[in-house]
Amino acid sequence: MTTQTVGLGVDSAYEAVIGLEVHAQLLTRSKMFCSCSAAYTNAPANGNCCPVCLGMPGVLPVMNRQAVEMTVRTALALDCEIPAFTKFDRKNYFYPDLPKGYQISQYDLPMSLRGHLDFTVNEERARCGITRVHLEEDTGTMHHAGDVLQEATSSLVDLNRSGVPLMEIVSEPDLRSADAAREYLVRLRQLLMYIGVNDGNLEQGSLRCDANVSVRKFGVSELGTKVEVKNMNSFRAVHRAIDFEIARQVAVLEQGGALLQETRGWVETRAATVSQRSKEMAHDYRYFPEPDLPPLQLGRELVERIRSELPELPEARAARLAEQYGLSTYDAALLTASREDADAYEELVDAGVSAKVAANWQMGDVAALANQHHRSLVDSGVGVVGLATLLRLLEDGTINGPTAKELLAELYEHGGDAALLVRERGLGQVSDRAALTVIVDEVIAANAQACEDFRGGKAQALGRLVGQVMKAAGGRAEPALVNSLLRERLSA
Amino acid sequence: MPLSPDDVAHVAMLARLGLSEEERHRIGLQLDVILEHISALERADISDIPETAQVGNLVNVWRDDEPAPSLSQQEALVNAPDTDGEYFKVGAIQE
Amino acid sequence: MSCAGATAAEMAASLRAGQTTPRQLLDHARAQLSRLDGRLNAFLAHTDDLADRQCERAAGMLADDPAGAGPLCGIPIALKDVLCLAGYPTTAGSRILEDFRPPYTATAVQRLLDAGAVPVGKTNCDEFAMGSSTENSAFGAVGNPWDVERVPGGSSGGSAAAVASGMVPISYGTDTGGSIRQPAALTGVVGFKPTYGRVSRYGLIAFASSLDQIGPFAQTVEDAAVAYVAVAGHDPRDSTSVPDPVDDPVSALQLGVDGIRLGIPREYMGAGLEPGVRDRVSEAIAVLEGLGASIEEVSLPSTDLGLSTYYIIAPAECSSNLARYDGVRFGRRVERPSLTETLLRTRGEGFGPEVERRVMLGTYALSSGYYDAYYRRAQKVRTLIAREFDSVFERVDALVCPTSPKVAFTMGTIQDPLEMYLNDALTIPVNLAGLPGISLPCGLSRELPVGLQVIAPRLRDARVFQVARAYEQATQWHALRAPMVASA
Ligand SMILES: [Mg+2]
Ligand SMILES: [Zn+2]
Repeated sequence: MTTQTVGLGVDSAYEAVIGLEVHAQLLTRSKMFCSCSAAYTNAPANGNCCPVCLGMPGVLPVMNRQAVEMTVRTALALDCEIPAFTKFDRKNYFYPDLPKGYQISQYDLPMSLRGHLDFTVNEERARCGITRVHLEEDTGTMHHAGDVLQEATSSLVDLNRSGVPLMEIVSEPDLRSADAAREYLVRLRQLLMYIGVNDGNLEQGSLRCDANVSVRKFGVSELGTKVEVKNMNSFRAVHRAIDFEIARQVAVLEQGGALLQETRGWVETRAATVSQRSKEMAHDYRYFPEPDLPPLQLGRELVERIRSELPELPEARAARLAEQYGLSTYDAALLTASREDADAYEELVDAGVSAKVAANWQMGDVAALANQHHRSLVDSGVGVVGLATLLRLLEDGTINGPTAKELLAELYEHGGDAALLVRERGLGQVSDRAALTVIVDEVIAANAQACEDFRGGKAQALGRLVGQVMKAAGGRAEPALVNSLLRERLSA
Repeated sequence: MPLSPDDVAHVAMLARLGLSEEERHRIGLQLDVILEHISALERADISDIPETAQVGNLVNVWRDDEPAPSLSQQEALVNAPDTDGEYFKVGAIQE
Repeated sequence: MSCAGATAAEMAASLRAGQTTPRQLLDHARAQLSRLDGRLNAFLAHTDDLADRQCERAAGMLADDPAGAGPLCGIPIALKDVLCLAGYPTTAGSRILEDFRPPYTATAVQRLLDAGAVPVGKTNCDEFAMGSSTENSAFGAVGNPWDVERVPGGSSGGSAAAVASGMVPISYGTDTGGSIRQPAALTGVVGFKPTYGRVSRYGLIAFASSLDQIGPFAQTVEDAAVAYVAVAGHDPRDSTSVPDPVDDPVSALQLGVDGIRLGIPREYMGAGLEPGVRDRVSEAIAVLEGLGASIEEVSLPSTDLGLSTYYIIAPAECSSNLARYDGVRFGRRVERPSLTETLLRTRGEGFGPEVERRVMLGTYALSSGYYDAYYRRAQKVRTLIAREFDSVFERVDALVCPTSPKVAFTMGTIQDPLEMYLNDALTIPVNLAGLPGISLPCGLSRELPVGLQVIAPRLRDARVFQVARAYEQATQWHALRAPMVASA
């Protein structure tokens, strides 16, 4: 089974109903309720813990203000309401990666409610409701001796991640296909990265997605039996797992079977969801208000301040760029895929590079180099300012295209000053008509056959001659001038 | 309504308390007596009374997002019943 | 001076007069401890090397700046074993924490160390502070210095006995539903429970987070005030800690009660009181009236719901607070082939019957389908109880009533949990409302101490001391010593 798109055909009698629960680690410096570093992967196992995040007796949580503000920022970016009063609750359950035996989370009065996210799926605009965005703490991690959980003889617990601020974004069951779910997740991830609250890393789990999937016959308004699908750590996995799950549920129903309300895990190697049927008596988390933390009253002033600090969001920015710089919708979307890219683009234009040239180079050579070196433009040797210098040299005719391309590759990797290199190496393009005429005449004399061909109507023969001239001129000749000189002499 | 043996076993499992049948029986009877006493709360007129989860009127108690040093790995593990020197070690999870 | 039974104020004066040294005071404390603790079992651990270091430190502080050194500098103290002390065993009276040594020190304890106090050891208590007799300690019951066959009350029975037996002039306990005031009453000493949030709970092993407070035991109201001030004040590590400055209870000691309006809550003087307790408390009220206080009977109609409210809220919180004892990161573990079995046995064997009972009760009260009927309802009644105090305090400045309905009972005689819980009926409402309350000696019934309770509005801790001190000065009950001490 390769690219599985079983899904539901247009003629299917069934409709899928999907809601996503996304957990996003916040990019704070310290943990949610203690001062350990939130950059938990930088330490040896259990070397990023204190009595608080180890859940030791008698210690108490103290809230990280930045985590609260980042959650509000997210909620506002998703057009959520911020209630006047919110509080934390304890979610009680036992697991070795949960040191206190409860997770500090939010239950009945979350930090925000009722928002939405807009996106495009299969060229149609779509909107998914956001039920709530709340704040909680992450758990530690477990390593199992042996790779099959059920066969492991012992497990190892690392609490470095314990207490990292985690935001839970719950969508309404508004999504109707795996495509829509994936697109929602793509847009949500982009948004979270744009507003600087999450690094968007699905593979490493700093962004995690669970899906609630059910199916029902078209026209039926009640929801079908809901299955929670977990363990999807890439966009592809989300898409495949949901498609698989929809097909599985339809198959069960078509065969007259009944669906079980359960949790299933996506197993990549089997390309299937597998029941994680925890016989643990239907979870009873015994939520109650966290007595160690006073509640929050996020006043208007605080909320409005955070709102005013929101950056321009990706969709709005793409629209503005398209309008302002005459870019296609496609190009504008590509250039605003990340906030860093969009900032770089606008910086190039502000530095005097023409909108079209900046766009072409950024989406072309720069994107390729970024891929090749796993280094973004901002982090590269050339940087945005260096790229602007280089592209201005190109645009004012100091260097030609091929030279710019070569220089960019070099600068991207090793850094340096473009203008200085051009001067030192004499890379400035040759536009001296007399000097180029001498070279053109030499090339014509040495390539009688090609000249014959061109005169005989074979236009492509001219390209060979241009190449020869460029070569003789050390690659620095102004291409347009070479072209016109050649035509001139050949038709003489 | 007295607690059934199943109720008591269920609550003991929720609380992860390994109790013998005799203990469960005894605690069940004691809980019945206590809950009977507690049913006095049903007499209270609590319509329109808000809940008190904590006394005092503190709100928005938080700290700045400043990291501070953690314990060393060795300090974190020193009280643990079983480790491999780096991790806390627990028995097999059989779900 | 004779040190056994001396007050901290007397010791502090002697230290400054050069009549004694921190070392001598410590030696006296140790001598009294080794003479009596075999019979009392008040201590679970001695912190000898720490005490020695603190002695040196105190001596240095007194030498450098005798006036600047605080009133607890060089004074021997004892700490309930729910207070974490870095590097020393901290068991909370439980098997499950038998070998636990926290890598941190409770804020209150750190303040005492910084003040130059000299901790001689950790005191015995009911397991996780759950009990009213200190019979629930995993490490044996504590004897009452007035009669070692009797209980000292609980849960801070060891701390109460340590002061009542003259081992140390000051000790610290915790009070969740009366666990300082009730043992103070039963052992004839002063015990103070501060306003909730006044003393940091950081490093206090939690029983019920919304109710727990640390407070002192002492032989006099003055010592208790000084001991309270030493640990009070805001702590950024406890988010429920009150940021307002502490009003000074020491200067309030001299104010007297002339013109003060005292309320006698009718419901606290009702059925269930031992006659001797009723008589002593009535006499005490008459003394206060004689000192110029106006006395008024008031009503707190929901008092009888306090116990029920408490026995939902406290167990609910404890069921969650005690979930961390899973044998993974610390504490005793009973190994079994599977993780779940290990967890069940670890907790089943690690916790004693009273802890199990409350964890079960709390788990039940929070469980699906019962939350509204129990937990939510209890939270609402809690509001009711707090409001009744609020409205009474519009008419009176403080309340005066018994601390415990009975004097110390004989060990092993109360087997029924509910009957045991009734010992705290008069102290629990104070915790539910987060108020400050003190118990001080007001005489004897059947030759055993009776406690007088003074309760004030939130953050009016100083007023509690003011009323208590006025009474203490007018009577001699605080000077009465347990026969065990007198026979020294
Ligand atoms: Mg969650
Ligand atoms: Zn930490």
